[in-house]
Amino acid sequence: MQYHYHKHDVIIVGAGGAGLTAALYAGKEVDTAVISKLYPTRSHTGAAQGGIGASLANLEKDTWQWHAYDTIKGSDFLGDQDAIEFMCKDAPSVVYELEHMGLPFDRTPEGKISQRRFGGHTNNETKQPVLRACNAADRTGHMILQTLYQQCIKHNVNFYDEYQMLDLIMVDGECRGVVAYEIDTGDLHVFHAKAVMLATGGWGRVWNITSNALTLTGDGAAVVLRHNLPLEDMEFFQFHPTGLFKLGILITEAVRGEGGVLINKDGERFMPKYAPTVKELASRDVVSRAIYLEVMDGKGIDGKDYVYLDITPDTVNKYFEIDDSRQPNGELRHIDSDYVRAKLEDITDFCKTYVGVDPTKEPIPVQPTAHYAMGGIPTDIDTRVRANESKKDVVTGLYAAGECACVSVHGGNRLGTNSLLDIVVFGRRGGKVMAQEVKEMDFQPIDADAAAAKVQAELDGILNSTGEETLAVLQQEMKTVMSKDVGVFRVEEGMAEAVAKIRELRQRFKNIHIDDKGKRFNTNLLEAWQLGCLLDLALVTAESALARKESRGAHARDDYKERDDENWMKHTMAYMDADGKVTLKYMPVAVTTHKPVKRVY
Amino acid sequence: MKVTVKIQRFNPEQDSAPYWKEYSIDAEPTDRVLDGLLHIKNTIDGTLTIRSSCAHGICGSDAMRINGVNRLACKSLFKDVGTTVTVEPIAGLPVIKDLVVDMEPFMEHYRAVLPFFINDDPAPQTERLQSHEDHQRFDESTKCILCACCTTSCPSFWANEDYLGPAAIVQAHRFIFDSRDHGTAQRLEILSDPDGVWRCRTIFNCTDACPREIKVTQVIGEVKKEILYSKL
Repeated sequence: MQYHYHKHDVIIVGAGGAGLTAALYAGKEVDTAVISKLYPTRSHTGAAQGGIGASLANLEKDTWQWHAYDTIKGSDFLGDQDAIEFMCKDAPSVVYELEHMGLPFDRTPEGKISQRRFGGHTNNETKQPVLRACNAADRTGHMILQTLYQQCIKHNVNFYDEYQMLDLIMVDGECRGVVAYEIDTGDLHVFHAKAVMLATGGWGRVWNITSNALTLTGDGAAVVLRHNLPLEDMEFFQFHPTGLFKLGILITEAVRGEGGVLINKDGERFMPKYAPTVKELASRDVVSRAIYLEVMDGKGIDGKDYVYLDITPDTVNKYFEIDDSRQPNGELRHIDSDYVRAKLEDITDFCKTYVGVDPTKEPIPVQPTAHYAMGGIPTDIDTRVRANESKKDVVTGLYAAGECACVSVHGGNRLGTNSLLDIVVFGRRGGKVMAQEVKEMDFQPIDADAAAAKVQAELDGILNSTGEETLAVLQQEMKTVMSKDVGVFRVEEGMAEAVAKIRELRQRFKNIHIDDKGKRFNTNLLEAWQLGCLLDLALVTAESALARKESRGAHARDDYKERDDENWMKHTMAYMDADGKVTLKYMPVAVTTHKPVKRVY
Repeated sequence: MKVTVKIQRFNPEQDSAPYWKEYSIDAEPTDRVLDGLLHIKNTIDGTLTIRSSCAHGICGSDAMRINGVNRLACKSLFKDVGTTVTVEPIAGLPVIKDLVVDMEPFMEHYRAVLPFFINDDPAPQTERLQSHEDHQRFDESTKCILCACCTTSCPSFWANEDYLGPAAIVQAHRFIFDSRDHGTAQRLEILSDPDGVWRCRTIFNCTDACPREIKVTQVIGEVKKEILYSKL
């Protein structure tokens, strides 16, 4: 059994915003390395557009308490309030820190960081949208990713680029390293560590229409699940209201923050029916459901399943007047084409490139797109992975941050701008905590041979399989059933069908064949392995959803239309055994100050 | 519509040299070349190897030479590139397999220009102020996604692999013209090296190739000018 052996105090898997922030902080104090299946700047943090939320109050009054309440309300009272308060309180300091690292934010006339309106973020007194999203045009995520990577270069963080993590090394319930596959050579590498952080991102590729990168296959979450550890709140997956029609490419909520309105085939601005106060700037679950209901009512454009997002200055200015929408200085809001192009530069480019639409002149065709996992690997505020639903037991040596983790600061529905905030706040926290903890630890023994052999056997299983099934067919069947039955709206029968279908696909997966049997850059092999991850995550998602008999946040059921706080204000903890049997347990929600109330936007 | 995609193939475990192979597929005019390549990989030959991730021009993974011009496969639609399409790896970097090249020499040049914010003054309690105009001075070069389309379209880079190349200069520009940064002197020193900006012959391939529409040649020109002024 041949493999390479490495030893680092801290191993971080994933080089998006959470992984890089953790690497910066841990790397300042202890020997730290980042393993990433992509070059770090290819990570999907770079696709985030609109902004990072923080109550800087650069343009108008704002407080972290308002931000926290908006987040709790956005979560439909499933978010853990202690974690949310921690995040929102920490937000201004992480944003200033990013600026001090050189992040090129847009600027206010005074030269401060510019802030824009975003869905669900409000002045808690007037209930109107508040200027809270700190932004760099519509490429805020790109700038955060670039800035963090630049700082990692400056501070000589170790990188293993294009290494695919395939397993955790668990001994006596403790995590002591990972096994990874060097994509270029096909060699296995055993990384012996005192602390491992998973920062592997989401799994939007479970669904058909998604804003997620092809590489967002939930590797970290799936590997945790396979070690008989739970995943939290998997039924809560966000469908972003405005994906580009057919392609799912994200059209940032900032379009609506800057004044864009949603229009159905009759030319009607329909959001006031669903959210009379903040209209298009309601939380994403509310807006996605509104679009879906319009389409079901035959109000989709051309009778199809999409509507228009209109940011043409004439339309926007008309509604500014109707709404009497004003700037903080009291002036009536007004935009022109140059403003749209400057503030929404990439959006303008995407629309022109992919659908031939100039958004300053024509409306953009949009439909809901699978976007973000609120659930994931359960952690405490220190990013320690929870071993079970006790709220006390954590897995020694294992940490998680970013989209793959569930702290839970997003609960049933995440607010826009809070994902970028989450990755930096908890990346920083996790990096510091790991650095401190590993200083007082020795490396604990591992059986590297056995760890590598286990992974090699798994890969050989795929390489040597000569069945009839193909990756493309299995993947498409998974996406079809998950989109149909575990999407924006759900019912008992559909979800039960989805569970059965995914079980069938998991069986058929054992019968696949792949074409590429080589060692060098075998993406065919890795895609097969990643499909296995997606299938496991689809199964626990469907099972968790089927069991939750209420509607809350992104989990909307036609057969249980109301939120049921008495029975269901609790986190799902889903376990899966080697045979694919899923067991669901539950964990209480942390409530500090805000008792649940009905959500109205 | 029917599309013929002619791809340069190379498997280091089997082939002594690259060769061309043609595939005939059905595609919509609005499909991306990336969709076509993935369709070939999914239904005809799973050994076809490319890098790809975001699929909408933000991550920079799928830079390749399409009909002889450097582009991102995910930002090129068949209606724009035609029904007979040649696809080959970007030039000037060693080919690993099919359309995948070794990015390490490119990343080495990137790291050489100190591509990070330098300012050792104690940071203020809040943000460092910067005017909108000062921000605009370097805003364009912050759009770079390190896809390597520019550098690997540059004849000067093909002729001399030690030339830092357009992408590294764009990254340096991003900091040189940032009013908050203090590393300009060090960077100009690096860029005035014989393998720095002066290897640029203003051929404009880089500007044509940039999928982010950065005016790369102009950016390089601004750095050249800054070096000259700094020596006055």
